[in-house]
Amino acid sequence: MTPAIKIEQVHKHFGALQALKGINLSIEQGEFFALLGPNGAGKSTLINLLAGLLKPTSGKISVLGFDVQKQYQEARRALGVVPQELVFDPFFNVREMLRFQAGYFGRGRENDAWIDEVIEGLGLTDKAHTNMRRLSGGMKRRALIAQALAHKPPVVILDEPTAGVDVELRQQLWDFIKRLNREGHTIILTTHYLEEAEILCSRVAMMKQGEIIALDSTANLLNRVPGKNLRLKLGGAMLPHGLEPLVRSMDDDIYTLALSEIAQIEQVLAELRNANVNVEDLQVIETDLEDVFVELMGRK
Amino acid sequence: MTQPQPTTEALAAQPASNWRGPWTLFKKELLRFWRVSFQTVAAPVMTALLYLLIFSHVLEGRVQVYPGVEYTAFLIPGLIMMSLLQNAFANSSSSLIQSKVMGSIIFVLLTPISYLGFFIAFLAASVIRGLVVGLGIYLVAIFFVDLPVVHPWFILAFAVLGSALLGALGIIAGIWSEKFDQMAAFQNFIIMPLSFLSGVFYSIHSLPPFWQKVSHLNPFFYMIDGFRYGFFGVGDISPWVSLGIVALSLIVLSWGTLRMLKSGYKLRG
Repeated sequence: MTPAIKIEQVHKHFGALQALKGINLSIEQGEFFALLGPNGAGKSTLINLLAGLLKPTSGKISVLGFDVQKQYQEARRALGVVPQELVFDPFFNVREMLRFQAGYFGRGRENDAWIDEVIEGLGLTDKAHTNMRRLSGGMKRRALIAQALAHKPPVVILDEPTAGVDVELRQQLWDFIKRLNREGHTIILTTHYLEEAEILCSRVAMMKQGEIIALDSTANLLNRVPGKNLRLKLGGAMLPHGLEPLVRSMDDDIYTLALSEIAQIEQVLAELRNANVNVEDLQVIETDLEDVFVELMGRK
Repeated sequence: MTQPQPTTEALAAQPASNWRGPWTLFKKELLRFWRVSFQTVAAPVMTALLYLLIFSHVLEGRVQVYPGVEYTAFLIPGLIMMSLLQNAFANSSSSLIQSKVMGSIIFVLLTPISYLGFFIAFLAASVIRGLVVGLGIYLVAIFFVDLPVVHPWFILAFAVLGSALLGALGIIAGIWSEKFDQMAAFQNFIIMPLSFLSGVFYSIHSLPPFWQKVSHLNPFFYMIDGFRYGFFGVGDISPWVSLGIVALSLIVLSWGTLRMLKSGYKLRG
């Protein structure tokens, strides 16, 4: 099967700045894929290259086998991109905007049923005839996502779709996107909410300073940081010195310790008892994508 | 994750036409100015009528540019053409600068619309806006003044070519400008002087020889003179020469605009 996205040896320089340093990435059809990394890692640059908004300095990118430069029309028709910034056209209402957007991609009246589906799926039914300018921030975000989906693209890229979005919309949005994924759409997501990526995505790429530093299934990545987290609330007391090497993070009097295996709890409790420290609360937590992220980003 | 039912390729195989994209963009551009037609159509018609009222009051009976043509009648084709050109320019340029500043231009850049389709859609919308404004002034003006129409095809040809030329110039200005300030400079320091100094209010034969020569370097002069010829059958130079120069300018400018769009200048980094 042709990969949904294939990126080969892609470099992008902005003057002296090397935003991307030789990216290689292949995303299969039907994947729910996460592209993670701190600000400035190059995620948005990569997405803009895929969307044809930027041209690579060198390298080759294709969407469903279509080169994004040479066969840009086929490549763009296959792609729906939700931009990160909350942009809108102030002249039109939601439904008009969606019809125009589908029309730009060559779709006509036959596509109207799909537009209705998108409007409903994203909870925009009440706002379908409201001018874009009058929508609240959350509603604008929904309309922006709907616009990217208006031509029913087989490959959907969501660049930070839930930034500044309330819980209800997030839930509704993910339900709809999961449905699209089940129906065969390939989904690529960038987000700062790592728990979203962990729940939704089957595979993850982590980027740092223009390079992909980890690319694996979510499950394998989670296994990379061994052991578990032990969260301790000590009620104001200091953590005994012997336990300091285990500290992963600290928030007021709540310490999170990294355990390589569950049996290590025994040793921790013994140290605490010896130091006469009172434990107010104790919790064992599985490592999550955030731990992996912090671990990988901290390296080098 | 469950195995997906259809493949992504199957989803991509839906039929789509290549002409509908530019056609939709054209319709959107039309609707955009029509939604604010007070500002984009009624206002320029009003301005032109004020010019007409004031200049005809001051100069009627004192100046006769061509034998048998009253000054007010002489003035109308010039005013129509000037407004038509300025509005054709305003349509493409303001749409582009606005969507660039707002960021909504991305919705067009993400689509499969080719640079040629993009060009034609913006140009055609500019031509329609120019013609609508021009027709509006004409219809109101003929209430007050007897205006002959000697060569209607020349009128139409110059109106269409002129608004297309300014539409193309508007695309260039819209893409080149990064802020409203730069756009205003383009408008006030290039478009306005060229249109005011092109013979809208006077025949260039009334100018000293040096300024007559300078006027011949102004492409707006040919558009206005040829357009006026269509009404009176008299002009400062042959309408065929003007038509040739305007057509050639349009071809050169379109070629330049298309090259600019193809390169992705200021639109795709």
